[in-house]
Formats: sequence, structure tokens, C-alpha cells
Amino acid sequence: MGMTMTQKILAAHAGLESVKAGQLIMADLDMVLANDITGPVSIAEFDGAGFDGVFDKSKVSLVMDHFVPNKDIKSAEQCKACRTFAKRFDIDNFYDVGEMGIEHALLPEKGLVIPGDAVIGADSHTCTYGALGAFSTGVGSTDLAAGMATGQAWFKVPSAIKFNLTGKLGKCVSGKDVILHIIGMIGVDGALYKSMEFTGPGVASLSMDDRLCIANMAIEAGGKNGIFPVDDVTKEYVKSRTDREFTVYEADEDAEYDEVYEIDLSEIKPTVSFPHLPENTRTIDEVGDVAIDQVVIGSCTNGRLSDMAAAAEILKGRHIAKGVRGIVIPATQHIYKECIRLGYIDTFIDAGCIVSTPTCGPCLGGYMGILADGERCVSTTNRNFVGRMGHTGSEVYLASPAVAAASAVAGKIADPRSL
Amino acid sequence: MDAKGRVHKYQDNVDTDVIIPARYLNTKDHAELASHCMEDIDPEFVKNVKPGDIIVAGENFGCGSSREHAPIAIKASGVSCVIATTFARIFYRNAINIGLPILECPEASKGIDDGDQVEVDFSKGEIRNVTKNETYTAAPFPEFIRGIINAGGLMASIKERK
Repeated sequence: MGMTMTQKILAAHAGLESVKAGQLIMADLDMVLANDITGPVSIAEFDGAGFDGVFDKSKVSLVMDHFVPNKDIKSAEQCKACRTFAKRFDIDNFYDVGEMGIEHALLPEKGLVIPGDAVIGADSHTCTYGALGAFSTGVGSTDLAAGMATGQAWFKVPSAIKFNLTGKLGKCVSGKDVILHIIGMIGVDGALYKSMEFTGPGVASLSMDDRLCIANMAIEAGGKNGIFPVDDVTKEYVKSRTDREFTVYEADEDAEYDEVYEIDLSEIKPTVSFPHLPENTRTIDEVGDVAIDQVVIGSCTNGRLSDMAAAAEILKGRHIAKGVRGIVIPATQHIYKECIRLGYIDTFIDAGCIVSTPTCGPCLGGYMGILADGERCVSTTNRNFVGRMGHTGSEVYLASPAVAAASAVAGKIADPRSL
Repeated sequence: MDAKGRVHKYQDNVDTDVIIPARYLNTKDHAELASHCMEDIDPEFVKNVKPGDIIVAGENFGCGSSREHAPIAIKASGVSCVIATTFARIFYRNAINIGLPILECPEASKGIDDGDQVEVDFSKGEIRNVTKNETYTAAPFPEFIRGIINAGGLMASIKERK
């Protein structure tokens, strides 16, 4: 029986000819990642177990991105613990304020993940790197501590769901709409323990930013990982960032899938997830009248340059509605500089938005945009759980940067195609 | 019996944000995390929970963020076991890795109500509902995972292997 793309990468990293779904394996890792929230817990586990070195200082990434620049004393202490650890073991990829970006935007940008890699990160959105044709999944801090110490992690080999993409996205429709549409279709546990393998002729038309966004939210369908085939778009993206040689894995023709879905990209409409689960999706023509108080454009899901471009295109020459707070967060220093160079920052500020240094802050209700009781936010982030962005009585509506920008202008959830 | 206590019952898709909201993730202190456990889904939980109590929930328990602070907060609250129809995969790993006992058992999730007294025999995977006089059986863990649990968590099992 053939293997899926994910199974092939796992087999190669476990030193096995082949693996099958359900098999428990020990795999070698090419990168292990933690941030300022999960890192300190990992470090305590690492130290508690008495390890005196990391397996490979070039294969550990520590990114200070959740609560930086530090929002309070406790957050400062957490970053300090990471900083001390990074110095102690001379970690190559330690990114602090000034160099940091939101981790899942930063690592691909720096060329730290390449096709065929096996990656774990103590952050659930580590599945983002599947866009590059890598196996990549979120774990907890203890798994990460073990990964830092040994360079290995145990996995139950997942079965897979195949999404066969055809057609091309329409105007003002992006990868975010594709993944929200899919989560709405299969539910928040529709891919529980499974791989989501995106394939088909429609893939070629998707930009790397679209693919990163789609793979990023595989976890919101319960998926272990999301993965894309490696094509010219991938190769061009990777080769401009690193000289590391990479291996291209392809699913066998006779690979077995639990389910196969056909997705015609041309039929996807701007899509919004209503509170309080990402699966509560409605297409933009079904949203009704939803007045809003805040818009957030950014995050590991939608803080990349094409996201900023989509928002700027809508906001250019317009002003956001009175009573709406607009918060724009380019995901990395590089993206921030590009936004300055391309005039997007001027556009955002002239439209009445504020622009922040990279941070995960508002997405998880940390800081930089906490909501009060009864307030509503259209956000390009990834979760709309109860209390996710602040008060348990607040509401988060997940959408693309284009929908978020159009909504900011209208003061209510709006179709960017109507502007 | 390995676990014995009163049940706190929840529905499907209990996410890690409601188990421990991110506004408290600026600490890794177990007692402090426990003092906010379940705060955004059940503000009374912290007041009501007693050592040994058991959480029972529906599908996809622990979905969302990978924060290990969630199983840590539950364990540090004194909860002896979490029983659910299914667990989100990162929570599942985290619970095993830190030594919070969990069991997947759809029948138990369906049959047990809030406030029931429940006893669990982990070696047999047997869940006894004392209040309703019913018994349910959970699927056993694979041997590899039993090894991690028996060693006392992932870090201890790695040290054992070395």
C-alpha cells in the first residue's frame, strides 16, 4: 500500500522503509521551536531532567513573540528565562525584540524550514510550515524539552484527508477564505489526529502566503498537520532564503485517504467564522448586519506582506468608520519595512489605524487590543473561542484581511467586493 | 481504585483558552495557574473543586492552543482524571507527558452527569459511576504510551531509555 506525503517524510525521519497509519514511531527532527510562553515551561522541564546540552544548537529556535515588548513584569521574567537559556547553550536562532517576528511568519522568511523537514514547535500553529512541503506539528512544552535534548519526538503516524483543489480564487478571495470554508465544511474536529493534504491543479495558483495561511489553520480542524506539494512556487520561495539542500517527497499514487474532498477555488466566497468556534462559518452574503468595535489585521495566520497589501488596497484613500479601532500588525521586521517602502503604513495611518511592532498580543487576548464585555472584533487571526480576545462577553469574527479592512471602513462586517 | 471523586461535566470542544485564559500565561507557576483553572467556562470551578475530582467532557477536549499550562492547571487543581469522548491531539500528548491521567470513553461521557460520584481503575480502564451504578470501559493505551505513563511522564521515560 502506498504512503501519503506526510507518511513518507515520517518514514524517512524514522529510518524506516515504510510506515502505516496508526504506527508509533520515533522520528529525528530538523527544527524544534518554542516561544516566550511555552519556552519557559520547556526550559524548566529540560533543567529538571538534568540535561546539560541541546542536541544541535542550529536546530533550536526560540522566538520572543507572544508578550513582547514585554507587557508586564511576569512576561519580562519569562523572556529573561529564554534569553538566559539561549545564551547558555549558544542557540543560533534566538530572536529577541528588534529581530523577532511572529514565529510562524519568521521561520519560513529566514529559510529555517525547508521542504522535507520534520519540525515540532511548542505552539499549535507550527503546522504552518506544511505549506513548504515539510512535516510540521504543534506539541506541548514537555515534548519540546525532550526534542531540544534528544532531537527526536514520538509520533503516531496519521492517516490523511485529501483536498483536491481546482480552479483559481476570485477577486478579494484568499487562502483565509479557503481554510475557513474547509473548517466550516468538516468542523473543528473534522481532521482530528489526521493529516490534511492539499493537492490538485489549483495549488499552482496559490501564493506561498496563501498556502502558509491555509496550513496554519489545519489545527483549527483538529489536524495533526497540513501539507502542500512542493512546486515551482515553493522552490523559488525557499531558494531565495537558504542554500540548504532539500528533499521533495510526493504522495504515492496508491496512497490511501480516509476521505477526499473536491474544492473548486473559483466558487469560494469571502467567508467569516462567527463566535465562538472557527467552524461557525457563513459566506459574506449571509452575515447580515453585524456592527463592530475593532478590527485586527495581523498574526501568524494573516500578518504577511500579501495580507498587508490586501488591507492597504481596501484602505487606500478611505477612512475607517467612526467608533472602530483599527489595529494593524505586520508579522516581522522585514514585512514591516516592506510596508513602509510600499507606502502601506502611510495608508493604514491615514485611514485611522494604528500600526504595531510584531506581536501575537491581541490574537490570544494577551495585550494590544483586549475587548470589553459586549464588544465585537473582526480579526484576521485564527480562533474565536469564548474570551479568546478579552472579556467572555466579547465576540471575535474571523475573516481575511480584505474582509477585515472593508469591515473597518463600513463599521460592520462588509464584503470587500462591494467597495 | 486509582481515582475517585465528584464529576465536573462539560460539553464538546472545551478549548485550552477557557481552561486557562492567555491573560494568565505570563507565569508557569502551577498553583497560580490552578487558581484560574476553567475560569472562562466555569467561574465556580476553582471554588468547588476538591482533590480527587474528575472532569468529564464530550468530543475534542483541549482543542486549540498547545499550552501545556492547561493540563498543568487541571492537574494542580487536584483533578485526578479527565474522561472525554475524544481529546484534541496536543492536549492528549501533553496530559500523558506531564502525568495527568486521561481516558477516552464515549459511553462514560454520555452516561455520567455533573455531580455524579465516579471511581476509575486505570489498570483495567474501568470507570464506575457510583451514583448511577453503571460501569463503562475505556480503550487501553498502546504499550508505548503506557511506558511513558508508567515511567512518570515523558522526561522520566527518556532518562530511563538513556
